[in-house]
Amino acid sequence: MITFMNNSDSEEEPCNERTSLMSAESPPVPSYQDGLQASEAGEAQAHRKRRAGSSRGPNNIAGGETSGSSVPVRESALENEEEELTLKYGAKHVIMLFVPVTLCMIVVVATIKSVRFYTEKNGQLIYTPFSEDTPSVGQRLLNSVLNTIIMISVIIVMTVFLVLLYKYRCYKFIHGWLILSSLMLLFLFTYIYLGEVLKTYNVAMDYPTLFLVIWNFGAVGMICIHWKGPLQLQQAYLIMISALMALVFIKYLPEWSAWVILGAISIYDLMAVLCPKGPLRMLVETAQERNEPIFPALIYSSAMMWTVGMAKPDTAARGPSQQTWDTAENGREHHRSPSHADSQMSETRSPVPTRPVTFVEELEEEERGVKLGLGDFIFYSVLVGKAAATASGDWNTTLACFVAILIGLCLTLLLLAVFKKALPALPISITFGLIFYFSTDNLVRPFMDTLASHQLYI
Amino acid sequence: AFFWLVSLLLSSLIWFIAVKASDPRDERLQKGLLIFGVMFSVLLQEAFRFLYYKLLRKAIEGLVALSEDGCSPISIQQMAYVAGVGFGLMSGAFSMINLLADALGPGTVGIHGDSQLYFLTSAFMTMVLIFLHTFWGILFFHGCEHRRWWEIMAVVVMHLAVSGLSFCNPLYVGSLVPSYLLMAAAAAWAYLLSGGSAQNLRRFLLCKS
Repeated sequence: MITFMNNSDSEEEPCNERTSLMSAESPPVPSYQDGLQASEAGEAQAHRKRRAGSSRGPNNIAGGETSGSSVPVRESALENEEEELTLKYGAKHVIMLFVPVTLCMIVVVATIKSVRFYTEKNGQLIYTPFSEDTPSVGQRLLNSVLNTIIMISVIIVMTVFLVLLYKYRCYKFIHGWLILSSLMLLFLFTYIYLGEVLKTYNVAMDYPTLFLVIWNFGAVGMICIHWKGPLQLQQAYLIMISALMALVFIKYLPEWSAWVILGAISIYDLMAVLCPKGPLRMLVETAQERNEPIFPALIYSSAMMWTVGMAKPDTAARGPSQQTWDTAENGREHHRSPSHADSQMSETRSPVPTRPVTFVEELEEEERGVKLGLGDFIFYSVLVGKAAATASGDWNTTLACFVAILIGLCLTLLLLAVFKKALPALPISITFGLIFYFSTDNLVRPFMDTLASHQLYI
Repeated sequence: AFFWLVSLLLSSLIWFIAVKASDPRDERLQKGLLIFGVMFSVLLQEAFRFLYYKLLRKAIEGLVALSEDGCSPISIQQMAYVAGVGFGLMSGAFSMINLLADALGPGTVGIHGDSQLYFLTSAFMTMVLIFLHTFWGILFFHGCEHRRWWEIMAVVVMHLAVSGLSFCNPLYVGSLVPSYLLMAAAAAWAYLLSGGSAQNLRRFLLCKS
């Protein structure tokens, strides 16, 4: 198992993902056509593994509606409307993201609590070579910091590699990589997971049944994620994949390294998305320049994008080329794969010939969905899962981390509504989560235990 | 919920420091520190409820400014209710969840001479606290809105009373019964403040339109 993972390409994937919340907005565009392009580009932004999506929209809608920038007055009125709409729908977006994040965390926590396998120490990944079984505290700390440095540098290298590939249009390569990753995730990890769950509950299953189940699960997953499928099913698959990846991380990352990595990755996320020379930002800008969607894979999206290609005549022409491109991107999932946007794109292509132009305005209301990178899901779940696995205060700590992460997500979405551009989704949530984990485990737990033993209530 | 959690965090920090700074063998001191911790925690919770009220007030002003017809989509009463429920749920969850997890495992309740009704009374106490937090939320926000300080003081005093009564455990009649009475009083008061009346109640119960 370990060698397998070491050799697999996909192991590196997790490292690359970064999370960020992205506002799919593009700068206001004068014409309707451009507006659609912009929304596509915005969608592309959401791609970068961890990019988290954001509410698209009101900007794009405004851009779409104002054909020809010749009406500045209308622009300002529309801007106010946009803000209002943003805030109104902001709450809906928050809820739309709460549910999948909660589900993912529930799956991870339930598995951790019941299946012993994921809490046993059976070796480490090659990315964290230093062991933590050292006698002294200082040595252990040093090892974990070194592990973190290695992991983060691997992530940086992979990200830069991806950006270069994207810049030089090596789409086939990326395509292949993504498909391989998602294959491995959907089949191998699911097989292991199912095996462990069956072992825990002492349920026997013969190989033919197992083969059938895994084959169906994997095949439907590949189709749903990389091609077309019902929205709910896609979302369910993305959640399951994130949970599986998070479980792998929880199992194979040593304790202190996990916490330091979580901290470091949120700092990295912050820098990669916000700094002008950050790889993620460059990726976004390149995609915007080319007016292409960046890999829609690895993004969880909560709503269908109908405006893309809606009443735009050229979209039909662009359709076929986009299709191949999209599927290529889907390949990358591996751990993060949410190529939800891909399926969105594919789905929107079909209605193109039949929908009239006016339809777009109506649908623009519905398409306001939020996009969150799968890497975000994964690292949130890693935090909560680690809290469930290692905290001695058990459920209180888990619950506290869960609430902290959700509040962080809320705040991030709020900032997104205010700033209207790609934002990293990790830093705030992870910071809150870490603070609450350590404080609840060390401070609140003895207090609550003492209260409970005397049956006092506060 | 988050605000309750933060208040809990801060109060346990205080208690923890106090405990670490004191002599662990002195039983009476520990007990005294515990009482102090509990009271301090109650006061901190109410303080955080006030802070949350301030935050929601600002949010409502923002919503009103942005809305089309000059009134916010969520009224302050609804927010008060939600705030109360959030506090209650979090406090209930923190009180009960470890108990529930342990209840799933093997064991005998009260085998060392403690009360056998531990789980049952814990459940009832938690329930009454959740309800109380909800009502206190409504009362507190109403008091803040209309600048009636005595309402706020009443909430704080009630909270202190309920927590103090829980010190009577395991003499459950001393803690559960008064708590339920207080809850009934708070419920009636909150109902009246929210615009209910005896007539409304009658109409509701008799299913009249």
